[in-house]
Amino acid sequence: MKIGVLVKQVPDTETKIKVLDDGSGIDENGVKFIVSPYDEFAIEEALKTKEANAGSEVTVASLGPSRCVESIRTALAMGCDKAIHIDDEGSGPDSYVTAKALAKVIGDQGFDVVFCGKQAIDDDMGQVPQLVAEFLAWPQVMILENLEISEGKAKATRRVSGGAKEVYELTLPAIFGCDKGLNTPRYASLPGIMKAKSKPVETLKISDLKGDANNKLEYSNFRMPPEKAPGKVLSGEVGDQVKELVRLLREEAKVL
Amino acid sequence: MAIGSPFTAEHELFRKTVRDFAEKELLPHQEKWELERAYPKEIFKKAADLGFLGITFPEAVGGSGLDAWFKVVFCEEIVRCRMAGLAMDLMVQADIATPVLNALGTQAQKEEFLIPALKGEKIAALGVTEPGCGSDVANLQTRAEAQGDDYVINGAKTYITNGGQADFITLAVRTGDEGHKGISLVLFPTATKGFAVGKKLEKLGNHSSNTALLFFEDCRIPKKYLLGEENLGFTYIMKNFQGERLVAAISSYASADLALQDAIQYTRERKAFGRRVLDFQVWQHKFAELKTQIEAARRLTYHAVTLFNAGQECTTEISMAKLFAGDLAQRVAYECMQAHGGAGYMAEYDISRYFRDIRLITIGAGTSEIMKEIIAKRLGF
Repeated sequence: MKIGVLVKQVPDTETKIKVLDDGSGIDENGVKFIVSPYDEFAIEEALKTKEANAGSEVTVASLGPSRCVESIRTALAMGCDKAIHIDDEGSGPDSYVTAKALAKVIGDQGFDVVFCGKQAIDDDMGQVPQLVAEFLAWPQVMILENLEISEGKAKATRRVSGGAKEVYELTLPAIFGCDKGLNTPRYASLPGIMKAKSKPVETLKISDLKGDANNKLEYSNFRMPPEKAPGKVLSGEVGDQVKELVRLLREEAKVL
Repeated sequence: MAIGSPFTAEHELFRKTVRDFAEKELLPHQEKWELERAYPKEIFKKAADLGFLGITFPEAVGGSGLDAWFKVVFCEEIVRCRMAGLAMDLMVQADIATPVLNALGTQAQKEEFLIPALKGEKIAALGVTEPGCGSDVANLQTRAEAQGDDYVINGAKTYITNGGQADFITLAVRTGDEGHKGISLVLFPTATKGFAVGKKLEKLGNHSSNTALLFFEDCRIPKKYLLGEENLGFTYIMKNFQGERLVAAISSYASADLALQDAIQYTRERKAFGRRVLDFQVWQHKFAELKTQIEAARRLTYHAVTLFNAGQECTTEISMAKLFAGDLAQRVAYECMQAHGGAGYMAEYDISRYFRDIRLITIGAGTSEIMKEIIAKRLGF
């Protein structure tokens, strides 16, 4: 099987984010970047699929500035075989343009199956995989909880609200958006890290891939969320505290 | 790669692996493993699979054949499991009991002991200290009598890390006359008849570590288990100490840095006299001073690593690094507990665990006094 994984590089969840003075985005100075955590589940699922299907190969693709190659190296160190870096050439593509470029690459590569995170944890848009599927006319299942692949068919289970599950049976090629709980991502072993150094990374340019697609979205006026008001600690008899709590929830928080 | 940093992108990827492993696979079990004075043996297998045990060993024996900076990364990050005992057991496996086997072992010895050890399939211990001798290695009494093709071993070893769970011991024995010229190293399978593990020793700290008193009564092993040459054991042991002392120095400043971060975090949240404890200049200056000293310890150690990597003589530098970082860690533990106040004395705060664990570092792998002795000798005194 030819297996693809889409990986996005995002700011570390522990990074303190600062907004640029003109509100056009975040200040990347001093920010540590990581593989978006949901994409780690995608990498693991791709590697498991490879291991279950002898002779398979996993290609990881990432779109973004040159720093993305660090995240690509992480995926290669975990066990992916080769990589494609799509240089965004500083163009700041939105989900639509990103999906156009990725769809072109995926189509050209002839993947049988593509894995990605259900969403990236930076802007939380959660729409690139679905757009890619649309452009390729492939089936897609997002928020994937379980997957069985055999003989060109897949049985995919996704979580829906209220504890219910949906089960889809579909024909490959298809794209899957992976969620926490699907698997436990492996660590990059030291031998894996050293092997990754010699694995091929092909660089493509977004301008050669996106066709005539242009951003439909304009980013402006980034702001930090308002500071959280300090919490309130109630005191006194437990019975009185409960009454006071209910009153506050009803009258101040207006949630009851 | 930051200016002045010895670490490449590969080192940083490895750092993330070790940190995640320490924080996600080990730390969550800290309370149980410390309390039970034990952890599952499969930890060795997991560590081996991630390449933690064979970092600097050649690929021919299952290692990665890499420079000592990867070792530095491992030691700096594994302290985040917050169990110096377990971390020490892994270092005994990779840095203390086995490098001498790689340096001197025959192909057959490597196949029987080293390769399985680096795969995490056989647990290794180093047996030097005895009830009657510690730093005074030249005085050890456990005797190996040559009888035909065998050695017959009688004696006892104590404070042996991994002792109760080892599959083999790199064992120092007396094969010749009194003094340092009569000592040999042998590979001792613990399945040998006449070998017995005494009760697990209760310790001040390093609770998760398996530390044991070992007995040898007419234990017969074949002579093919002799490491290197007979009666050259003392030199081998002294040389072997260098790698051990280096990892001790790294563990010291790295764990001290972690304890300092904890103290800073605690004082940032804790209020006293109407403001955060960290707002008091006395603590700001104290932390600034400790951070400076930790950085000095780190840089002194890095200097020793640079020499060690180049294969240069660096006994002085390694002794200085262990002395300085080990002593500093004691002060950091003291001050950081002080910063925690009463809470720090409670077991629920990690500083109390650290205070107990770190005490060993100026004693094990050669005491601070021995370090000074080595440095003094090299100054020509």
